[in-house]
Order: sequence, then structure tokens, then C-alpha cells
Amino acid sequence: MSVGTAKHRELGLTDAEYERICELIEREPNGVELAMFSLLWSEHCAYKHSRKLLRRLPTEGERVVMGPGENAGAVDVGAGYAVAFKVESHNHPSAVEPFQGAATGVGGILRDVFALGARPIAVLDSLRFGELDSSRSRYLLDGAVRGIAHYGNSIGVPTVGGEIYFEGPYEQSCLINAMCVGLAKQSEMVRAAAAGVGNAVVIFGASTGRDGIGGASVLASAELDSEDDSKRPSVQIGDPFEESKLLECCLELLGEGLLVSLQDLGAAGLTSSAGEMASAGGVGIEIDVALVPLREDDMEPFEVMVSESQERMLAVVEPADVAAVLKRCEKWQVGGAAIGEVTGSGRFRVLRDGEEIGDVPVGALVDGCPLYDLEPAEPEGWIYPNRRTVSDDLDGAGLLGALLASPNIASKRWVYEQYDSIVGSRTVRRPGAADAAILQIPESGKAIAVAIDGNGRRVACDPYRGTVEAVLECAQNLACAGAEPLGLTNCLNFGNPEKPAPSWQLERSVSGLADACEALGVPVVGGNVSLYNEGSEGPIYPTPVVGMVGEMPSAEAAAAVGVGFAGSPVTDDRSRRDQTIALVGPFAPSLAGSELAKLRGELDAGLPGVEIGSVAAAIEVVREAVRSGSVASAHDVSDGGLACAIAECAIAGGVGCRVDLDPLVEARGGSGESALFGEGSGGFVLSGERSALEAIGDDGVEVLMIGEPGGEEIAIDAAELSLVLPLSKARRAWESLGELD
Amino acid sequence: MIWGVLQFPGSCDERDALHACSLAGEARMIWHEDRDLGDVDAVVVPGGFSYGDYLRAGAIARFSPAMEAVAELAAEGRPVLGICNGFQVLCEAGLLPGALLVNESVRFVCRQVELAVESSATPFTAALEAGRLLSVPVKHGEGRYFAPDDVLDEMVANGQVVFRYAPGQNPNGSACDIAGVCNEAGNVLALMPHPEHAVDPLTGSADGLLLFEGAARSLAA
Repeated sequence: MSVGTAKHRELGLTDAEYERICELIEREPNGVELAMFSLLWSEHCAYKHSRKLLRRLPTEGERVVMGPGENAGAVDVGAGYAVAFKVESHNHPSAVEPFQGAATGVGGILRDVFALGARPIAVLDSLRFGELDSSRSRYLLDGAVRGIAHYGNSIGVPTVGGEIYFEGPYEQSCLINAMCVGLAKQSEMVRAAAAGVGNAVVIFGASTGRDGIGGASVLASAELDSEDDSKRPSVQIGDPFEESKLLECCLELLGEGLLVSLQDLGAAGLTSSAGEMASAGGVGIEIDVALVPLREDDMEPFEVMVSESQERMLAVVEPADVAAVLKRCEKWQVGGAAIGEVTGSGRFRVLRDGEEIGDVPVGALVDGCPLYDLEPAEPEGWIYPNRRTVSDDLDGAGLLGALLASPNIASKRWVYEQYDSIVGSRTVRRPGAADAAILQIPESGKAIAVAIDGNGRRVACDPYRGTVEAVLECAQNLACAGAEPLGLTNCLNFGNPEKPAPSWQLERSVSGLADACEALGVPVVGGNVSLYNEGSEGPIYPTPVVGMVGEMPSAEAAAAVGVGFAGSPVTDDRSRRDQTIALVGPFAPSLAGSELAKLRGELDAGLPGVEIGSVAAAIEVVREAVRSGSVASAHDVSDGGLACAIAECAIAGGVGCRVDLDPLVEARGGSGESALFGEGSGGFVLSGERSALEAIGDDGVEVLMIGEPGGEEIAIDAAELSLVLPLSKARRAWESLGELD
Repeated sequence: MIWGVLQFPGSCDERDALHACSLAGEARMIWHEDRDLGDVDAVVVPGGFSYGDYLRAGAIARFSPAMEAVAELAAEGRPVLGICNGFQVLCEAGLLPGALLVNESVRFVCRQVELAVESSATPFTAALEAGRLLSVPVKHGEGRYFAPDDVLDEMVANGQVVFRYAPGQNPNGSACDIAGVCNEAGNVLALMPHPEHAVDPLTGSADGLLLFEGAARSLAA
């Protein structure tokens, strides 16, 4: 065996893939070329186990401005503006070094959005860790939250929402997914495709160093093991100040029309950015590594080509504009250099001081990687551990208290207060105030709502139904803010796709995602796949995370309705005291896959079916009710079931309630316990005047009057089980996450 | 009146400050390298992380050409408002006493707080009676006000403590609950909370607008 073939394995390529490369370039690759192939043919860059599946997702819609394939998706929000958004994972680096892993995750997704010419206006995060009683999980949580805060706060983009779950299967492989939302003038947006033979290729931003060499293949495309500390040098270091200057510089350059196309440098650095720009434009590209500004002057050419140094962008510029571009870089104290040109050859040539050191067809590099079919097999039953953490003898109030205090349900105030959620003056609803973050868009006179969701445990119970539920949950959250979905982005976090169970989960989950998006009429405008999230103890819960952007006619309408019940004698006048509480929607609770089943160690495979159409109908009437201002509060039923949703409304409103769930048990069956704590899609807790709530049912959507706000206790009757929990105790349980220090 | 808002590389809240100023006059951005402030009547040094603040918050920004011009403007008695990072910059520049240290929690904190007005003897607070509460957000990692005891005593005696956090709401461990201070002349005021993020009830509160309107009214008088 030759030296070359031994090396390809170290770089993560299979023998068959190596042979394929030799066929495509009609010889053996040299060292530089092999390094380039190994990264672009990694799972992270080539999506070789997921690309075929992703073709099932609906991507068209009349409001779509940019779809999958660009740096981020974008939807039309009127008045000549578009909202760009994307969610991306930074799981593997964060499991190795949580602060820098999470920080650079935020930095990377921001660059994806401003690469389109959109100013980032919001960040949301979806985080998963092992149980909080593990010191490793607390270390990862603390580091990740600090990292997100460090980057987002310093660059002046508000972190407006997100979600966190703590589950055993994430103990070894935490998930850090970050979503960025940006606003762009459509006339100033730019695509990533290189164009114009003879145009210059300009790199600008930070200089290129040895950090993150091989991150995409070493970290992101293989399972982690106990030797992970040795991978720390593969983790990139973030510099939000550098990115802040880069962001302003890019937006100025685009505003003045000085760039033909723009792309950020992320995984696989210059190789991937230049290769993908050339591939998208159907052109060739030449890069001279000697012209790239370096941090260390003894870097090897392959290191320059694959470095993942952060805060860099690559642009195609007309030769006459190069001087003006570099002048603008100087103003913002951002480094910049012309390092090559667009050619008509269809080849990716790498030079050093004008001498060729690599030459491969762009198509072979970017699209030549073999795509693999999955070999899925449904596992038998529940493949994850069960652990009981509540005692048998808890009564109804005790169960509600235990659920409210469960870290998955408890208030995350400790986390979100570490994030600047208001910079930019758009945040109409801050974290915790509504089911979705709400941002005003004075440029168009409207507002948008943004939410991110994905309960991996339920997807583990049933990958298809669990994923449908995640999409519905996200749409329900938007409905509670009065917003209509415009588009969806997703991050598919799964285990090793070469193993039968994770690949079965992935396939079923993508089917669910496709069906739910089609039924709701929401196009998928972008996304990201993160595979190999598993360690020696097995795979993570399959975790599709979906982020949605919705639109509402005005910020004022959204701001009038919150989570909390009206009727508090402290905060409301008399006219708002005669309030009724209603359960709206086809909610049919079941304990399967619920938070209570988890606390009891009774998780098992299987979830009840979801009728997407009837949930969609409920979503529509709730959205209209919130928009019209006819209801006082709206909150969707999710983790911990109806009892927890009601308790959250009571805590937020500062008022107790008296609720009777017998009508629910009579109408939908089940026990009192499942009515209280069962979970499922399609449930909304609304409060308001009785006549307004009754009117919601006129369209045929299920509405049950279940109680009234008032008093200092949460009192709920449900068939065989009744509970009374003082509001103060409920609040104490819900705020028990407190300070983790 | 004409407001100037400084913009350093790394500023975050300069556009928000510009918007707030525009609600109480004409407002323009001033690049950190501009030594000439033109015909501005008052300056806002905004929040953010000037030059990255990797050394010490505000330590580099104080040397910028624009800050030299601000020092001259302040010496002429014209209004200067520092917000958050702007407070840190003004302390580093010696235009205000004391310093801002890392929060007691050693964490960044973003939340709505109430401020009690302690002094009406600044152009920004001239129309606000002492004891009035304003609802304004804080968001900072280094906002714990510190000054030696003798300096604090002197500041209290001179009426230089302009805002305190309402009882029980001190978010960072500041000495004597101090949220904002002014110079002896009263024309240079700075505070850690963000009045520019409290100019519209839709985004939380409009109490911060009172400071901008107050300065405009004082100048017109």
C-alpha cells in the first residue's frame, strides 16, 4: 500500500472514496489536493448520508426569496425587505470546549446571514445537555451559555429566545444549535455563486492561522471518544470584535454595490468557500496561498487551504472595484487581500507564488462525493435508559410541583438574563414573555415572531410523529404570538448514520418533517445536518430542531397578548377580572413520552397519532383570535401537559385559578392523570371573555371552557385526581433552577 | 438641538442611541477618528464593546480623537451622556469619578430595573423630581460602580449621585446602589442602565426618553 492510501484513512476517507478521487482526477492526488478532498468529502460538507433524504422536503413558496443552497434562506416580508434565517449546529466542538464551541457557533451562523447582505437582528439557541446532576453537564451548560453570551452580547445582536433540554443521552454529546435571523433590503442581497471570468477573489477579515485545521472531518464527522481533550486544538477561537467590524464592513460594501458575490469561510475554510462559490457559478477559480494574509508565516499550503480560522469572508469583486473594497476594509480595520481570480476553466487551481501546487476539477471536489443510501432498521422497543427520579407516593399537587421544578420545564431565567435580548430596539416580547420572540420591523410596518423547537425524547419514542409534533409545536408557538409561518429552517441532530437504528430515526424523522411542512404549507428554506452525535454509551436522542419565522400585521397587536392570565387584582382593572379559561384545539393527552413518564422511568417506544389537519385548523383560529385582540392570554400546551401550561399562565399572570378538566376526560377519554400531565399536539390554553372564547368554536374547532382565573391557588379537578397548589409554591418550584453557580 | 452619537469599532447600541436622540432633536453619528464634532450641542457615548474591550472596558476608546473632542465639549459645559460602555469610557477618560468593575455575580445580566432619580441638577434630569422612579433595562458584565469611600462621600455631598437602583434591585453590587453619576458641573452624566432602550412602551418602557427630552428642553431654555 502506498503512503498516499494510508494517509487518506487518517483524514477520514474510505478506500473506495480514495479510489473514486483518483478516477475523477485521473491520477493520485498530491498532499494539498488530498487535504482538500478529505474535507469537502466529509459528512459535514458533503451531506453524503443525508442529501438524498433531504430532497423530500418542500422548498417552494410564494414568499421564498432564497432557498436551500445559499448561505441562508430568506423570505419576503414586504416593502422591499426580506428576512434571512438559518439554524446550524456546533455540537462536536462544544462537547470538546463548550465556551469557544458555542461562541464560534454563534459567530458562524451570524456570518451565514450577513453573507447574504442581511443585518443580523436576532439569535435563538437550542441546547441539549445530559442531566443536571452530572458535573460534566453543568460544566458544558455553563461554558456554552457564557460562550453564547460572550459572542452575541459583544457583537450587538440580541439573543431573543431558545430552548434547553436535559436528558441522559446527551451526556457525552451535547447539542449546541444556533439560529440567526437577519433583515435585508432585497435590492442589496447577494448570492454566493462566483461569476465573471477575470474577476478578483478577495479574502477579508481576520488573518489565517493554524486554528481549526481539519475541524470538519476530525470533529464533526466522527464519533467522540474519551480522548477528546486531545482534539482541543481543532476547536476554533472566536473574536466577536473582529466579526463586528467584518459585519459592518460587509454591509457597507454590499450597500455600495461593490461585491459580485460573498461567502463566509466556515467548515473547511478557503477550500470549501472557494470551491462552493465556483461550483454554484459554474466557473473555475484560482487561489495563490502566498497572497493570503497569515498569522504564522511558516504555514504549509494545505494548512492555508483548510484552516478554519474564524471571522473571514471571501468575495468576488470586479477588478476595477478592488481598490475601493480594500479601502473600505482599511476604514473598518479589517485585513483584506486579493488572492486569486475567477477563471473559465472549471478547475480549482491552487498556486504558491504563481507556481501550481494543486489542480482539480471543481465538480469533482464539490459534487463528486458518493452519496450513500441509508440501511435503516427499526430498533426493537426502547433503546435508551430509563431512570426513575420521583417517588411513588406523590399526590396531584406533588406531581405538579415535581414537573414544574424539572429542569426541562422550570424557568430558564438564569440562562436568558445572561443574554442581551434588547439591543437593536426591535424586541417587543423578551424571553419568557410569550411563546415566541416578537421583533418589530419598522421598515415594513409589521412584526415577525420567531420560535425554535424540538423535543428529542418524543422523537426517540416515534421519530415520525415526534418530528411532526416539533413542527406543530413551533407553529403553535407562533400562533400564540399571532404570527403566520413564512418559512422553516432545521437542524437534524442524529447519531451515526452508518448504524441501522440512527439511520432509521433519520429517515422517519425527515418524512415527518416533510409531511408536516407540506400540510402547514410552510417551505423549508435552509438547514443543517449534524450526524455522528454519539459516544461509547450510544446515540443521542434523535433531535430535529426546527426554527420558524412568522409574520404578523403589527407589533402592537402582538404585544397585547401574553402568556399570563389576566385577572390579577394587582395588575388589572376591574373590567378584565371576569375572565374564563378555555382549552382550544384537538388536544388528546397521553402520558406516552411525557415529562412525567420520564421522571417515573417509564419511557417506551410509541406515541399516539397526530391529525395534522385539525391541529392546523386550531392554529389558524388561535392566530386570528390573538391578532384581533379578542383574547387576553394564549399559551400552547407542551412539556408537562395541561397542568403545567395552566400553572405557567398563572405564574406569569400573578393570579391563581380554578379549573375543572372533567369535560376533557369526558370528551377525549383517558384518566384524570393523563388529562393533567399527558402531552401531545394541538392544545392551547386561552383566557379572555367567555363570549370571545365561545366564538372561537364557531369555526368547528374544539373549545372547552375549563375554568376561571382568580385567587391565590392553582386548583384543578380531573376525574379521579384533584390538586390544589398555592401559587407561591408553584412559583418557587418553577424558579428552582435559580442560580447554578 | 443637534446630538452627536460616537461610533467606535465594537459599539453595539449606537444606532439605538441615534434613534433615541432623534426623538428629541436632530441626531448624527460621529466616527471615532473624527477630531471635529462640528456643530453638535450634546454628545452621547453609547454602549457596546469599544475596540473589543479585551483590555479593560473603555481603556482604549478614551484615547480616540473623538474622545479628545468630547473632553473639550464637556469643558465648555455642554451636555455629555455616557451609557453603559460610554460610562466606562468617561470614567477611563477622567471625565467622571470612579470605575466600573466586573459584576458581583461575575456574569452578564440583562433585565428591566427601576432607577430612583437622586438629583435634578443635570440638564438631563432637570425636569425630574428627586425620588421619581424610572423603568429602564440594564445589560452589562462590568457595571459594579466603585469609588473610594472619601470620593463617594464627596460625590454625595456635591449631588453627583444622579441615579440609584431602587431598593432590592441592584443588579451588579454597585457601591451605595449607584446606577449613574455626573461630574461636579453636572453637564457630564453617565449611567449603566440604557435609557435609549426605554423610549417606546412597545419595547418595554418610555421612561428613558425623559432624559433625552430633558436635555433638549434645558438647552432650549
